[in-house]
Amino acid sequence: MSKEIRLMKGNEAIGEAAIRAGCASYFGYPITPQNELTAYMAANMLPAGRIFIQAESEVSAINMVYGAAATGVRAMTSSSSPGISLKQEGISYLCGADLPAVVVNVARAGPGLGGITPAQGDYFQSTRGGGHGDYHTIVLAPKGVQEAADLTFEAFELSDKYKIPVLVLADGLIGQMMESVVLPDPVDMAALPRKPWAVGHQARDKRGVNHVSSMNLDPATLEKANLKREAHYDMVKKELCRYEEMQVEDADLVIVAYGTSARVSMSAVQAGRAKGLKIGLFRPITLWPFPYERIAALAEKEGRKFLSVEMSMGQMVEDVRLAVNGRAPVAHYGRTGGMIHNEEEVLAAAERMLNA
Amino acid sequence: MTEKTFIAGFGGQGVISLGQMWVYCAMKEGLIVSFFPFYGAEKRGGIARASVIVSEEEIASPIVAKADTVVIMSQDSVEIAEEKCAQGGTILLNSSLVKTDPNRPDAKILHIPCNEIAEKIGDGRIANMVMMGALSQTTGAVKLDHADEILKTFFPPSKHGLIPMNIKAIEAGKQACLSCE
Repeated sequence: MSKEIRLMKGNEAIGEAAIRAGCASYFGYPITPQNELTAYMAANMLPAGRIFIQAESEVSAINMVYGAAATGVRAMTSSSSPGISLKQEGISYLCGADLPAVVVNVARAGPGLGGITPAQGDYFQSTRGGGHGDYHTIVLAPKGVQEAADLTFEAFELSDKYKIPVLVLADGLIGQMMESVVLPDPVDMAALPRKPWAVGHQARDKRGVNHVSSMNLDPATLEKANLKREAHYDMVKKELCRYEEMQVEDADLVIVAYGTSARVSMSAVQAGRAKGLKIGLFRPITLWPFPYERIAALAEKEGRKFLSVEMSMGQMVEDVRLAVNGRAPVAHYGRTGGMIHNEEEVLAAAERMLNA
Repeated sequence: MTEKTFIAGFGGQGVISLGQMWVYCAMKEGLIVSFFPFYGAEKRGGIARASVIVSEEEIASPIVAKADTVVIMSQDSVEIAEEKCAQGGTILLNSSLVKTDPNRPDAKILHIPCNEIAEKIGDGRIANMVMMGALSQTTGAVKLDHADEILKTFFPPSKHGLIPMNIKAIEAGKQACLSCE
């Protein structure tokens, strides 16, 4: 039987995918442009026998996620940029305690309270940990409604597998836009892998007492824990890097873009190719781990240039530079403040760089 | 076939509903679709706009930079909308409320008195459905031949009583477009 195709907003598709992934508890606090996600969870979590709490603040919501995750259930929160900033302390604690959780950022324009329209200015915050201490979260960047659903579903799997919080980094366009989507099949929650490290029900399950904490006051022990986590990160970097390429083989100029910027850049590549320009697109799907090795390999081609297109003043461009490591010219183009570049603007920027 | 449409009007005119209904019907007719609404933080009023694409192929950018067809529902959205029209494109004007033509001598401009037609049918609020009929007629991108069946899956059963009036509006919009082309 062919699967049902539905027309959904990105925010709603993320919510439905989370429920189908076995999200047992959602904690949120309203903020535009992700409100439809919180509203979807409010309407659908309780009927599905799950927990929904509208917390009194973002800080409270992320700490509820910590509590729920510590008991071994799949837990999630979502917000938009300023709200995600408020959650950073809690995300650092989750990472320090090696707890799985899913955090969705439907990003908007900053800094500060900024505006409510789409932006990609949270790249540094997302990929460099975001809070205090040595840690990373896995960061997945969907390019549309279908991928927002698929990656949210997968975020729960990856987070459980690696015991690392997963950040789904969308933006206001992906959250607000409607596209057709085929949703993943629901998981059987009873069949999800057991978590012997979790707290709670020890008497019933006849397990020993577990302690979940991010605090470690002995420097030697804390260093050991951080080194162990770093080794774990190295494994994730080897296993998880994901990207999509479009017409890069013969490209003189490779546009590097994720999420909404990648969609716009796809159109720019099509228009450029129609004019005979050798332009291609490299789209990172995992922003952490970032596909440095693949970009480094692409930089081997003589004379090739790289243009990072982002709805920001230029953040991912630094990762592209790290990957290219001086072997090819790298530049940034982008709009900011909630303005979204169109394909004509991106193509013009690509042509300027090709002719430079 | 790819039809890129830009729709603008004041908040409350059903601009967002028109865009949503258009892509929903297109999806049911087997097309790939994207719909991106854009409106301010106002509770009422302000200018609502929607970038809408229906296509037989994968849609790259969901942002409509240059629209094949521009729909202008209100006078105050003329300035924003007229520049979105591709060279030689089509502009559908709600002539009930828009009294000055856009400054686009290259474009084909069609005047559809949406509010007058809607009021004649019985409710000024279905002016957006009149416009959807005109959009279907002039682009041919979404046929809307089985709109009654499709609208039944869009609206909850409690609203099904309103479908015949909406279908009338769509048909009247198609006719109005035919007679001014």
